[in-house]
Amino acid sequence: MSTRQFGERVQRNEDDRLIRGQGRFVDDIPLEGALHGAFVRSPHPHARIVSIDTSAAAAYPGVHKVYTHEDLGPLDVLMPLLIPHPCITHGRTQYPLAHGEVFYGGQAVAFVVADDRYTAEDAAALVDVRYEPLPVEIDIERATEGGAPLVHSDVPNNVAAQFVQRSGDAEAAFAKADHITSIRVQVDRSTAAPMECLATAARWDEVSGELTVWAATQTPIGLRGALSSLFELDENYVRVIAPDVGGGFGPKILFPYSNEIMVPLAARELHRPVKWIEDRGENFVNMSQERTQIHYIDLAATSDGRVIGLRDRFIHDTGAFIPYGIAVAQVASTSIASSYRIPNIEVEFSCVYTPTVPVTPYRGCGRPHANFAIERAMDQLAQELGIDRFEIRRRNFIPPEEFPYAREGLIFADGLPVKMDSGEYDRCLTALEEALDVPAFRAEQEAARAQGRILGLGMAFYVEGTGLGPYEGGQVRVHPITGKIFVNTGLTTQGQGHKTTWAQIVADQMGVDSSEVIVVEGDTGVFDWGCATFASRSAVVAGNAIHKTAIKARQMVLQVAANMLEAGPDDLDLADGRVFVRGSGDRGATLAEVATMSNPLRYAFNKAAASATQFAAAASSDGPPLPDGKRPGIEAQEYFSPPHATWAYGAHGAIIEIDPVTCNIDVRKYICVHDCGKMINPLIIEGQVAGGVAQGFGGAFYEHLDYGTDGVLKNASFMEFLMPYATEVPDMTIIHQETPSPINPLGVKGIGEAGTIPVPSTIASAVDDALASMGAPPVRSVPLSPAAIFAAMQASTVPA
Amino acid sequence: MSTDTSSMRAVAGDYEVDDLVAVTMTVNGTAVEAKIPARMLLSDFLRHELRLTGTHVGCEHGVCGACTVHLGGRPTRSCLTLAVQADGCEIRTVEGLADFDGTLHPVQQSFRECHALQCGFCTPGFMMSVAGLLEEGIGNDLSDSELREHLAGNLCRCTGYQNIVAATRKAIDLRDGKEG
Ligand code: FES
Ligand code: FES
Repeated sequence: MSTRQFGERVQRNEDDRLIRGQGRFVDDIPLEGALHGAFVRSPHPHARIVSIDTSAAAAYPGVHKVYTHEDLGPLDVLMPLLIPHPCITHGRTQYPLAHGEVFYGGQAVAFVVADDRYTAEDAAALVDVRYEPLPVEIDIERATEGGAPLVHSDVPNNVAAQFVQRSGDAEAAFAKADHITSIRVQVDRSTAAPMECLATAARWDEVSGELTVWAATQTPIGLRGALSSLFELDENYVRVIAPDVGGGFGPKILFPYSNEIMVPLAARELHRPVKWIEDRGENFVNMSQERTQIHYIDLAATSDGRVIGLRDRFIHDTGAFIPYGIAVAQVASTSIASSYRIPNIEVEFSCVYTPTVPVTPYRGCGRPHANFAIERAMDQLAQELGIDRFEIRRRNFIPPEEFPYAREGLIFADGLPVKMDSGEYDRCLTALEEALDVPAFRAEQEAARAQGRILGLGMAFYVEGTGLGPYEGGQVRVHPITGKIFVNTGLTTQGQGHKTTWAQIVADQMGVDSSEVIVVEGDTGVFDWGCATFASRSAVVAGNAIHKTAIKARQMVLQVAANMLEAGPDDLDLADGRVFVRGSGDRGATLAEVATMSNPLRYAFNKAAASATQFAAAASSDGPPLPDGKRPGIEAQEYFSPPHATWAYGAHGAIIEIDPVTCNIDVRKYICVHDCGKMINPLIIEGQVAGGVAQGFGGAFYEHLDYGTDGVLKNASFMEFLMPYATEVPDMTIIHQETPSPINPLGVKGIGEAGTIPVPSTIASAVDDALASMGAPPVRSVPLSPAAIFAAMQASTVPA
Repeated sequence: MSTDTSSMRAVAGDYEVDDLVAVTMTVNGTAVEAKIPARMLLSDFLRHELRLTGTHVGCEHGVCGACTVHLGGRPTRSCLTLAVQADGCEIRTVEGLADFDGTLHPVQQSFRECHALQCGFCTPGFMMSVAGLLEEGIGNDLSDSELREHLAGNLCRCTGYQNIVAATRKAIDLRDGKEG
């Protein structure tokens, strides 16, 4: 019988292949006779290119072609600024291959294509590029000052964009405040570091004239659009496939990367498939990065701790180019007031060029930074007013009855107003407080202090605008011969488990087990309406589209079956792959039979088909076999376009112990309470939260791209760029809370990024609590190395 | 995760990059003979010559463990091993974990049941490491932090490790016949 599968801890459909080593990542695609590419990249953060001599490389045995920008013809054009915004006064993007000047270490200068990767790399080393280095300024505050070296000589003060948004009247609020809290916080540059780096393979089919590109991308449809434009091809001659993708976390949303242009070009010109697989060292200097922001945030409050105004001015490092527009900064600026009512807001940011790898969204996309600013400021306000950290948040939460809560005047990254749809913030915070058992901890902390041990309790609250538009689509089809149900979307999956969650949604409507539903996505040859996987949007936007589609497909099944079984559609039900007359025992038909019957046939190629031919006795006698306005088969398409983002939220708490000698932090307890609306599959959701928290731990403690003052990245490998292993992530407790979203049929909200957002804030809050009795200065930046803890302890006013 | 070099034939002498070296090895129980360049990595040999693409490459510098295979019965990073070093050796990759009839190895079963994989890119390497631990006789008497130490040779960017720890415990139980 069909039990509801939505909401169940269903095991994943995708796992069987992956655990057997049968995954198909880009580099696993067998392409007979493929050539391999390697890039020559700039070692300088900023330099003029004096000359490029490719002769030795071109003469190297096994080399087919060495490309520089001069070989690109009509493709020697600036790449698109994907998300334009009127505030981007000085938008700059790069060429596929550098054109006389390089703007960051790692920028692609030449592309070598050879018989195999080893040969391509040998030859790349033989390309002789002469540079004239130019001065650089890496510090984003100094970069905006007069006289600072410019990344782009025609961009004054290195400012790409500047934007102010206002809600209410911040000035008036500050004028009448009892208390003003002001802090400066900084979050540093990191990288998403998916375990699979970027990868592109391409083949031109000389017969059909079709270009097929396999890419480790989060947006095959977007990439296809770009390639069609660049190569001037009709869209139906370009097929982009994201096969298995080994993690994305944001940077794989950017397109086209140089490789996504060079690989198809080489494949076309050399009449052979071409492959380029990024190596890890290259990934550190090629794939886009994120996170550096400096916020100056002020809170205006009443003496009882109600925040009546917020001012935030921040600088956002956009790297050497701004291909993805202001998305990261805009998300940060509109998330800054978080879960708090704060009626008067003024937030202003500048996007600043630095001679570093370009910046585009990485899991969290501006939210961890905004969260760090507001949560650090709330803790500071609590401390200054002598109010408990939990209590000050309670006093400012938007209460459940005030939803939907609009922040008039603030426009979110989807171009729509900030309107928070639902939430029970206080209940969530209470769940955290109880799970932390604060009174017991205080006693333990006191006792520990007597023994010279340093314990701390930290907490942070977060919101996340998820499920951004514009839209996604779904397609559900029942195959006549096998009766199998296929589901398609235009999205990709990089580990989020779409093959399972979409199957659960469809299974409930079609009366089958979710393991029998086959989901295919990430292939423009299969379904090509939609956008991409980003911004914790898939479950909300595609999930609802698929839900609507499945309902429609079910109706189609019921209609056809009603005719077949001579019953009313309302008397029918679906279960175990069959449609049947309720209560009749065996009066029914399989989905395969229904699918066959729904398609008027001429040929009786099997038994079921025989009964569906136009000559069969059952065929209706009057009118055309396919009535006007009807379509053959059981196949439905529907779309969902959200009215605006839906706001998920949660609270994290940590209990830590700081080793007074090594300054190492041991996280003894970590609790996540989260609310992503209705849960499709708690097993997968917990995985998303845990993975997000691990990345948050990376950001809180370790991950820091170390650009020297000379602009050179000093830790471009996993040896020096530290990421959490199993030993660096604590066991965590995940507590679910479900407040449905009222703005989509399934009531779901996004979850993909949530875990990452409040971790640095939570850890900083715990460190402050631990060191408060010593009078140490509060934490104002992450990552928090032991050296930073040591410095804080050194600066303490009271000895340990 | 050291490699047992004593079981490998030393490779010496001057090779030109395109000189080919004859090797024979047993991969997942099948004898393999090939002539390969001396500088070819074992990971590339397995993936591109033998088309055993289940072994993944996440860093090519020995840190992430995605490329872990068993060489002479011990977990080894195939990105830090030249294929010629494996001459005469037994190699087992993720494709050789399940029985010939398709029955899953305990570690495969437990990774699936515990949702210990998301994108699946680190998974083959992780499972080969855990399979190595199982064969070494690791037990569930270990504390979580001890167990995590044993798992700290592999990076996963997706799962946050919690479920990998649980899957390892479950695999130990399955090995010990404690669970069906
Ligand atoms: S690929 Fe071998 S350790 Fe990372
Ligand atoms: S499952 Fe994606 S890296 Fe581990």
